[in-house]
Amino acid sequence: MGLLSKKDRKLILDPLADDNPITIQVLGICSALAITAQLKPSIVMAISVVFVLGIGNVVISLMRNIIPSKIRIIVQLIVVATLVIIVDQVLKAFAYTLSKELSVFIGLIITNCIIMGRFEAFALGNGPWKSFLDGIGNAAGYGVILIIVGFFRELLGSGTLFGFKVLGDSVEKTGLYAIGYENNGFMVLPPMALIVVGIIIWVQRSRNKALIEEN
Amino acid sequence: MGLKQKLHTLKEKYKGTKMAPAFNALHTFLYLPNETTHNGTHVKAADDLKRTMNTVIMALLPCLIFGIFNGGYQHHLAIGEIEQVTSFFDATFWSWDNFVVGAWKIIPLVLVSYGVGLLIEFIFAIIKGHEVEEGYLVTGMLVPLIVPIDIPLWMLTIAVIFGVVIGKEVFGGTGMNILNPALTIRAFLFFAYPTWMSGDKVWVHGAVDRAKEMAAGADVDAISGETILGSLAQNKAHAYDLWDMFLGFIPGSVGETSTLLILLGGLFLIFTKIGSWRIMLSSVIGALVMGLIFNGVVSQEWISESSKFFSLMDVPFWQHLIIGGLAFGIVYMATDPVTASQTNKGKWIYGLLIGFISVLIRVFNPAYPEGVMLAILLMNVFAPTIDHYVIQGNVKRRAKRLKAKTA
Repeated sequence: MGLLSKKDRKLILDPLADDNPITIQVLGICSALAITAQLKPSIVMAISVVFVLGIGNVVISLMRNIIPSKIRIIVQLIVVATLVIIVDQVLKAFAYTLSKELSVFIGLIITNCIIMGRFEAFALGNGPWKSFLDGIGNAAGYGVILIIVGFFRELLGSGTLFGFKVLGDSVEKTGLYAIGYENNGFMVLPPMALIVVGIIIWVQRSRNKALIEEN
Repeated sequence: MGLKQKLHTLKEKYKGTKMAPAFNALHTFLYLPNETTHNGTHVKAADDLKRTMNTVIMALLPCLIFGIFNGGYQHHLAIGEIEQVTSFFDATFWSWDNFVVGAWKIIPLVLVSYGVGLLIEFIFAIIKGHEVEEGYLVTGMLVPLIVPIDIPLWMLTIAVIFGVVIGKEVFGGTGMNILNPALTIRAFLFFAYPTWMSGDKVWVHGAVDRAKEMAAGADVDAISGETILGSLAQNKAHAYDLWDMFLGFIPGSVGETSTLLILLGGLFLIFTKIGSWRIMLSSVIGALVMGLIFNGVVSQEWISESSKFFSLMDVPFWQHLIIGGLAFGIVYMATDPVTASQTNKGKWIYGLLIGFISVLIRVFNPAYPEGVMLAILLMNVFAPTIDHYVIQGNVKRRAKRLKAKTA
């Protein structure tokens, strides 16, 4: 990353680990629980949020000096809504089954707290380049967790990855299923997503003690 | 040099090292610790955590032994080798054959439950550097008693790891958990592997395999191993009379079938003041009230016989106590001192709601005709809230009294 200065690099890399929007700021949990039962929707969701937040941050940043502060939330909503509708229409046009699977959750990107949070906390006070990096970084941090959770939930819950039967066929009893292995139905249910996110937080905090809050 | 002395020297040898808690645990489990406190005044009492736990295990042992015989009995009955028994001391029930089959299936459950659970307790004690706590002793005995007899051991292993780590250790270990660990383990099994935890085949040893053989065309006798609640949920008749239900000659989870032995265990717990009689009594009342309400619905003819809830609503209200796992849950799980309400008034509310919700879920949950597990877990979550309001109520009442006095 020779292109970026040290400060800029921090903007992208921090949200991936020590300032992760899901595991540290605990934002955007609802969608992380709802669509991570399989890996593919998790990845599509991650890409969509990268797109919306990356561009949205730039737009808000460019407009930051002309938005009256009293109506800034409405302006922000319009920007997000526009971008989300673009994502939604693209998905409907080119990946219809996937967009059915993600159903309402693409639309609900609008209410994803990470997006409004970055607009408010960063894009309103920084230039477009920095805002772009910040948006990409935070969305990627969100996406990384989504993909990790989706990976474990699909592997342990359905025995597949991207729909491929990596553990063998559960009906015909091949691979692992031949020796009596069975899929964990709990993994497919949303509560388990919460527990998986909890375990990620646990692992992260025991590796980096500085993250543990004093109380 | 005796064993005690050897353990003592071992303990001294490992003092201050990472492994010390593990050796200390072994030492205190087998003998009284040879340490005295160094300062302060202390109340000297014999009922430490270890003894409390052991008392509960003593109350559970009859259920385990009966469960072993019942495991074999249900198996032999299903393959048509023996006749149904009629009295409690019938020799066909307490036979060597039954014991061997039951022990072959159930002793591994006990060993896996204790082995895995205690291993995790030891690991956490070593990592965190505290003493091993005795909290798992009762959980380890409860777990094999509340699962179906044929549950695969690897599933039990995963569930125990999940229950102990997520249900207990993340909250800070014994005494800090919100949910009853044994029920957490069972709930995990139930949601993760529903085919092994419900239905009409899992309750009798060998029934799953026989069903497979029959599907493959083998000529074997198949007698349904459906539980009473399972039959009722499908509006079907069952072949058990009241004495079968009370004495426990019915299919079900390993240790929960014999209401008689559970009753004796409950009395023992009340007598030794380990279990709270308030919780037990109020849970029973709660279940009876809910049962009465449903009976009333039936006698008012608000519900037709074709309704899928009819059979379960029509069960005479007191029979809810002797079928399914309600009695076991009330006596051994609802009374868990860590997860139950702490205040006396709170215990009444907590118990009443457990009985009430158990029967409610029983009747209205077609996929899972038993509610005591979910009812207790739900009330575990609410117990601190109940206590909070009981205590605040008390504070308010006394503040008012003080005001009236001083004014």
